[in-house]
Amino acid sequence: MTRTARSSLALAVIFAAGALCADEIGDAENGAVLFGYCSGCHEVGADAESGIGPHLNGIFGRAAGSIDGFYYSDGLNRMGADGLIWDLRTLDAYIENPRALVSGTRMSFDGWDNAQERADVLAYLRLYSDNPADLPEAEPTARPSEVELPPEVLAIQGDVAYGEYLASDCKTCHQQDGSDAGIPSITRWPVDDFVVAMHAYKRKLRPHPVMQMQAGRLSDEEIAALAAYFKDLD
Amino acid sequence: MTFNRRTFIGTAAVGTAALSAPLLATAQGKPRVVVVGGGAGGATAARYIAKDSEGAIDVTLIEPSRAYYTCFFSNLYIGGFEEMSSLGHTYGKLASEYGINVVHDWAVDVDRDAKTVALAGGGSVPYDRLILSPGIDFVDGSVAGWDQSSQDVMPHAYKGGTQAELLKAQVMAMPEGGTFAMVAPPNPYRCPPGPYERISMVAHLLKEVNPTAKIIVADPKEKFSKMALFQEGWNDHYAGMIDWIGSDFGGGNVEVRPDTMEVVIDGEATKVDAANVIPAMKAGLIVERAGLTEGNWAPVVPATMQSRMDENIHILGDASSQGDMPKSGYSANSQAKVAAMAVRGALTDSRVFPAKFSNTCWSLIDTNDGVKVGATYEATDEKIAKVDGFISETGESDELRKATYEESLGWYAGITSDMFG
Repeated sequence: MTRTARSSLALAVIFAAGALCADEIGDAENGAVLFGYCSGCHEVGADAESGIGPHLNGIFGRAAGSIDGFYYSDGLNRMGADGLIWDLRTLDAYIENPRALVSGTRMSFDGWDNAQERADVLAYLRLYSDNPADLPEAEPTARPSEVELPPEVLAIQGDVAYGEYLASDCKTCHQQDGSDAGIPSITRWPVDDFVVAMHAYKRKLRPHPVMQMQAGRLSDEEIAALAAYFKDLD
Repeated sequence: MTFNRRTFIGTAAVGTAALSAPLLATAQGKPRVVVVGGGAGGATAARYIAKDSEGAIDVTLIEPSRAYYTCFFSNLYIGGFEEMSSLGHTYGKLASEYGINVVHDWAVDVDRDAKTVALAGGGSVPYDRLILSPGIDFVDGSVAGWDQSSQDVMPHAYKGGTQAELLKAQVMAMPEGGTFAMVAPPNPYRCPPGPYERISMVAHLLKEVNPTAKIIVADPKEKFSKMALFQEGWNDHYAGMIDWIGSDFGGGNVEVRPDTMEVVIDGEATKVDAANVIPAMKAGLIVERAGLTEGNWAPVVPATMQSRMDENIHILGDASSQGDMPKSGYSANSQAKVAAMAVRGALTDSRVFPAKFSNTCWSLIDTNDGVKVGATYEATDEKIAKVDGFISETGESDELRKATYEESLGWYAGITSDMFG
């Protein structure tokens, strides 16, 4: 049986019957590779923690917006309150078109058209939802830092008031509430992720010309100030 | 926020309330800031001052239109990529969430000694600091044969809303194989709505509804912004349709005849079916009335956007003469935040940081074929000076061009939410 046919069958079964094992959903091995699209923001596996996005251990069966201590968008909180439970069907719909399912989500992802790829990445995630106690030993999914920054740069305490002024320049494109209408959310990012990303733009390791230009004129202190401001932004 | 009937009614109510309230009595003891013009400069400045001063400054915004239609993206309306209704915005949130007095009237004059702004509807509004962000007006006589009364026949479509609708209607009504003419403006001009993006959007529309039609552009310039990108795109998408006549071929020697729908370029008259005349521009009239212009524009102090002639008045956006920044909505929005910080610093002793400016302009050439140009700027003593910049390259992949277009949609959502809350 071809992979596509197998997956369609699996999806059909699961929609009818509820929870299934990973290998009945898709090709988890391929899903592990595809998870590279997600791992900039999401961790999964032993020691996974929430960062820009919530960690995804135990995502199957979890209520939307329910990781303690993670600051969700109003949209996801609302869906959680309305009773959205993440299962194969809802996760598939969400990663196919995030903003269609949860308007106002801060997840900066346009969606995955390819049903097989969605199935594969969900099969991969399913491995981390069977039973938290049985999480397979896996390589940590957090990527190595894009730029090596001296500890003193990462240790700079940002001046929030200065950050607020500097951030006004960001908000011409990045919406304060984290809505993503073609330009990603930068609201509520962890400080280290924010600082590393800006230095990666400044060193032109990340490719976007507007961001290279914007980051290029910021000092270490100014980047820290922006990170400190966006960290707690409502 | 997009414009709909409900928000419109909400704003109308706010406007009426603000008008009937005793304006002169609003500010007991608080410093008063009056902002003239509710576009990318004025709306942003009003919102940032109100938001960041947390009620310590009394902010009044004077803007005649209840529904503001953005000039940026109006070309995309002409091309069929945007609905006019989605380009309309109202001032309801600025009033209800930020406590700004929104007054829908024309500001017609400034008494700099008394520090008051006169309204067309009668009465005047006092200020401690005044922010003028009126946009552009046209230079009389800059295109022979054209004056303001010609705009219903040969629209400029350089102010949002009905002018763009009229221009699109004229393009749609062109006979098969007909001719569209644009008279392009000399530098410096407001952009967006960029003339060359507009040509692209007219061409896109004609390619769909009238593919044998022709486009003539008479241009008083030898070259223009993103020229290589546009010419590449016109060749790729609209081969043979567009005839651009630059100044070296007489494009600057133009007369128009609205009565007979003729455009005369370098002595040769052509009968056209639709004509878009974009005259030379100058600062919005109120800046001139206030005596703050030098030539066509109002010189400002780069670090604060204060008028060089009156420290109590800040001038934003198109109307200002500041140095290297283009006359875009993005620039006005960026300058507004610098001015808002300076005004708060002066009136409430809040912290003031070094001015940083930036600008990016996206243009759409055809479906999913977007390009952009941008720069960062800083304030020097004599001008706002460019620090760094970039421009899209010719020959970019379809994927990158599509991403650039999609990014422009994100920017539109971002800047309009930054202006109107």
